[in-house]
Amino acid sequence: MTSTLTPVRSKRSALTKGQLPKYAPYAVLAAALIVGAAILALIGFNAFGWGVVSALLFAIGLVSWSAAVEGSRRAKDKLATCLVVGSFLVALLPLVSVIWTVLVNGIPGLLDPGFLTTSMNGVTGAFDNKAVEGGGPVMGGIYHAILGTVQITLLATVISVPVGLLTAIYLVEYGHDGRLAKAITFFVDVMTGIPSIVAGLFAAAFFFVVVGPGTKTGAVAAVALSVLMIPVVVRSSEEMLKIVPNELREAAYALGVRKWRTILKVVIPTAISGIASGVTLAIARVIGETAPILVTAGFATSINSNVFGGWMASLPTFIYTQILNPTSPSNPDPSSQRAWGAALVLIILVMVLNLAARLIARIFAPKTGR
Amino acid sequence: MTATSLTSSQGAGRTGDKVFSGAALAAGCLILAVLFGVALFLVVQAIPALTAPADKIQGGQGFFAYIWPIVIGTLIAAVIALVIATPVAIGVALFISHFAPRRLASGLGYVVDLLAAIPSVVYGAWGAAFLAKQISPAYGWLAENMGWLPIFQGPASTTGKTILTAGIVLSVMVLPIITSLSREIFLQTPKLHEEAALALGATRWEMIKMAVLPFARPGIISAIMLGLGRALGETMAVALVLSSGALTASLIQSGNQTIAAEIALNFPEASGIKVSTLIAAGLVLFVITLAVNMIARWVITRHKEFSGAN
Repeated sequence: MTSTLTPVRSKRSALTKGQLPKYAPYAVLAAALIVGAAILALIGFNAFGWGVVSALLFAIGLVSWSAAVEGSRRAKDKLATCLVVGSFLVALLPLVSVIWTVLVNGIPGLLDPGFLTTSMNGVTGAFDNKAVEGGGPVMGGIYHAILGTVQITLLATVISVPVGLLTAIYLVEYGHDGRLAKAITFFVDVMTGIPSIVAGLFAAAFFFVVVGPGTKTGAVAAVALSVLMIPVVVRSSEEMLKIVPNELREAAYALGVRKWRTILKVVIPTAISGIASGVTLAIARVIGETAPILVTAGFATSINSNVFGGWMASLPTFIYTQILNPTSPSNPDPSSQRAWGAALVLIILVMVLNLAARLIARIFAPKTGR
Repeated sequence: MTATSLTSSQGAGRTGDKVFSGAALAAGCLILAVLFGVALFLVVQAIPALTAPADKIQGGQGFFAYIWPIVIGTLIAAVIALVIATPVAIGVALFISHFAPRRLASGLGYVVDLLAAIPSVVYGAWGAAFLAKQISPAYGWLAENMGWLPIFQGPASTTGKTILTAGIVLSVMVLPIITSLSREIFLQTPKLHEEAALALGATRWEMIKMAVLPFARPGIISAIMLGLGRALGETMAVALVLSSGALTASLIQSGNQTIAAEIALNFPEASGIKVSTLIAAGLVLFVITLAVNMIARWVITRHKEFSGAN
């Protein structure tokens, strides 16, 4: 028995010779964490520095151990793996940091009584000075900004969705890859890259020429947002219409159904989940746009429910102005508290829209029957 | 007789067809018209600034002297953003496409997409309130030890509100764009190429170097170009983070300005010739980003025809 076992054992070691043991990464990680903590203890401990130093030590340790045992090719492979995983962790840092900062700074503002139900009308620096000196609550809220954001975004959606959807239908059903269809595809792609502030300037310039210089209303902002939103809607709807199986169209034609009724009754219902989720994502994208609204709708501190007349506030511009031009220049803290509260509301809105897009895509997905 | 009854059918159906296809065509043409209109209206509104006497323009030396420093500032900020974002983005894309466990990959991709979902003004606020404070000691160190390089010339800004901070915030914002596009391309690499490399005994990194990266190179280039387009036109990160000023070579002093931020900061209070000047600046930005985006799209379409990836 022993004589048969020994060659088997030596064979196994021959196969795994020149490889790091399986526990190697964990061992190096543990060592790196300990040594990192020791180094940081010498120069003053903080969690972020500990993470960075340990990660560096881990990479150096694992790669040099691998180079000693496995040779340079495997060591390079390990180095590349470390770098790739490291870059992913680095990319997570700002995400975590942004969300953390907004949560920590935003929750006090959000919990302020009346924050969601009052506007900034009549809130002057004097109130803020009082609040800082301990004589009163932080006044003011974002009701007017929420109202403005909802109205502007709704109007932009009403403009963009028909135009975007019809264009996608043209590209998929009528374009036949002709010259016009190719030109539209190309310029829709180019339009995706228009800087948001240029879209705002366009809308402003357009209304300056058509209506009169200095026209700033919610509708102008909605036009600016549509310029940004249309290409997104076109692209996502086009993708969705393209994956509708041709058999469905042919079956409808074979029954003698007109092309437009086929599109309305067969093609669009099949793709509606994807189209709806694409539209929701497009709304999520434009709802946080600041620059175009800044140059088209101006700032307002009071409630304005008329999209076609007067300056209008919105959540992003509210954040921007509260940070850059605090209501009370000598005591900016209440303003920044309101700004962070508004930022939290905005992020929640965007995240909810993103989540809704995923749910829509999943719930209304066509049943494949398989 | 039968032939006519087959070809001619109810008028309602035919009208419906015509109306519908006409509407679709009109919508398509409207998009072209809008893009043309963007250019046209910007030019119309910009002409007063371009033709005005030099001393009427802000700075008193004409439009060219006004626009030149902020064009350079825009380019500096965008280049910083790309230098930081590109390696990280390619690493993240590789991680999601080739390194992460298959079951986690799509979830991790969604996490990176969340970065794109956060509104730019929130990034700006974060950069101004958090990042600038955290990073200013590092600027002091750079000025002390690397000060002989013109880009790190001291005295460093104590508030941290410099073009380098703005560039870092921009890099966070372009990261998801470059990542998602490169990820798509990496996933399109022919499986046979990858398996052939692995079968020849290549390690995972060698496989990526020999099969994935050469295949994806045009795609990566166009992804970077699209990221550049975004970085050039991004407004809020710079407007909120940077404490602007004259053009300086040092990245860690306050100074420099970008076109988009210049417009955002000045347009709301502008009037008369100033409005035209800012719209002309917007036109310049539009032309630059349009050129960058067109080159990127051109690279993508050319690549599509040759690779057979679609």
